[in-house]
Amino acid sequence: MNRPIAMLLATAGMAMAADALRVADAAPAAARPAPVYTPPPRDAIPDGPFGDVVRRGEAIFLHTRREAGAYVGNELSCQNCHLDAGRLANAAPLWGAYPMYPAFRAKNNHVVTFQERLQGCFVFSMNGRAPPLGSPVLVALESYAYWMSSGVPVGTEVAGRGYPKLSAPARPPDYDRGEVVYGKRCALCHGADGQGRYASNGRLAFPPLWGPQSFKWGAGMANVDLAAGFVKANMPLGLGGSLSDQDAWDVAMFIDSHERPQDPRFLGDVERTAREYHDTPWSNYGKVVNGKKLGLGVRNAESHGGGQRER
Amino acid sequence: MLTGHRSLIALAAALGLSAGTPAEAAADGARIAQAGNGAGAAPCAACHGTRGEGHAAAGFPRLAALPADYIVAQLQAMAAGTRASPVMMPIAKALTSGERQAVAAYYATLSPPAPVATSAAAPPPVAGKALAEIGRWSRQLPACDQCHGPGGVGVGTAFPPLAAQPASYLRSQLQAWKDGRRAGGPLDLMSGIARKLDPADIQAVADYYEARPARAANGGMP
Repeated sequence: MNRPIAMLLATAGMAMAADALRVADAAPAAARPAPVYTPPPRDAIPDGPFGDVVRRGEAIFLHTRREAGAYVGNELSCQNCHLDAGRLANAAPLWGAYPMYPAFRAKNNHVVTFQERLQGCFVFSMNGRAPPLGSPVLVALESYAYWMSSGVPVGTEVAGRGYPKLSAPARPPDYDRGEVVYGKRCALCHGADGQGRYASNGRLAFPPLWGPQSFKWGAGMANVDLAAGFVKANMPLGLGGSLSDQDAWDVAMFIDSHERPQDPRFLGDVERTAREYHDTPWSNYGKVVNGKKLGLGVRNAESHGGGQRER
Repeated sequence: MLTGHRSLIALAAALGLSAGTPAEAAADGARIAQAGNGAGAAPCAACHGTRGEGHAAAGFPRLAALPADYIVAQLQAMAAGTRASPVMMPIAKALTSGERQAVAAYYATLSPPAPVATSAAAPPPVAGKALAEIGRWSRQLPACDQCHGPGGVGVGTAFPPLAAQPASYLRSQLQAWKDGRRAGGPLDLMSGIARKLDPADIQAVADYYEARPARAANGGMP
């Protein structure tokens, strides 16, 4: 499956073989940490109809609202959570995810394909609606992910996939401590109100972390443990690893204790939805934090069309 | 707060400024910019151009359309010595706090200059484009555009525009951060960034942004 791509790359003068070997030869994780895979460089995307679709996938990944607006209901782009256009280790790279599908997924309660997994991103993280299976948007994103994963054996959990799992916090994650960390390390870019910042030409520069233009309840990043891993490895931009584990836990608790668009699986009342879908210590949906009951949802601003509104 | 507002007016009066409105501050700033403050600060326009467009050959930055708060912060840093500049330090010191606010307000209202035309002989700034729009994440180097906005047009008051700044100025500042002659700004971000750039990178991004329009409606990758 990967051979034609590898050959294309070899023709283009790209030395993919070394990376593929490094992954294939990796000793079991218990013996030594597996080496981190390096995806092919951007300029190695081949010419021709396949490469054109890969490039289209990259464009959607970088400018999701502009390129796939019919399925997007907020200001976010894929690259906000998957840094370096989905290439960066420990920032949920596409090359860590693509080779793991199809897979059984508890969230869906059946075996999902990679395209179906992508649909989940649009419904939850992008506050939008699912592009149909086989639609040009999903085919482009899948092609981009496939091209990027060309040196990873299928079904292999490569080091650097997903976000790092932090060990349990020494002290329970705390809203108030998190607010202090947020003010010192996050507000500069994401705004004191968490609504992101826009460039002088009106385009989004830093993504909103909660509120109507951010991801929904039920999105991965709305879970404190996952957000803490992302923050620890990647935030602030260019200063990944600079926060202590405790600070990362606390600030993730703070961020994920704000209201955001309703869970798309909403069952009509918050308690039922919380019991059914948020039975985890790391979701604050349905809980009372800082004196406020969470899970009521917020609606999209009127000025932004294109996305599905929650019921 | 009422008392706060009153004391602000009193402060403005004490500083010899006519009053607190931005337009009036800008008018005071225009006078200082064109004629100096009469107390040791030379006219800004002598080096930064009559329309605040900068002076590429000398490495003097454009000031036109920069955020006022950013200009004030730089004047304060130069007066305090945390931003080293043999030319600007005595001038910044000679300006009162109110005068700094006034010139900053003035320059913030000016229209940005057209970008410097790239010479036909020079190769297109491809290396600079990649760093500007993609970064170099293998070294934890974000894209310049991620903080300075698509096309480098600037974000808020903390991330100034890079577009249509003279390359000579951008080079000198990246080098100053690298050498520790300029404090790294919020979170010391720019010190870390500059240390990850080699001389060719610095040249490339500086050339790239010099050629970018200050008011890109739609910067960034296609």
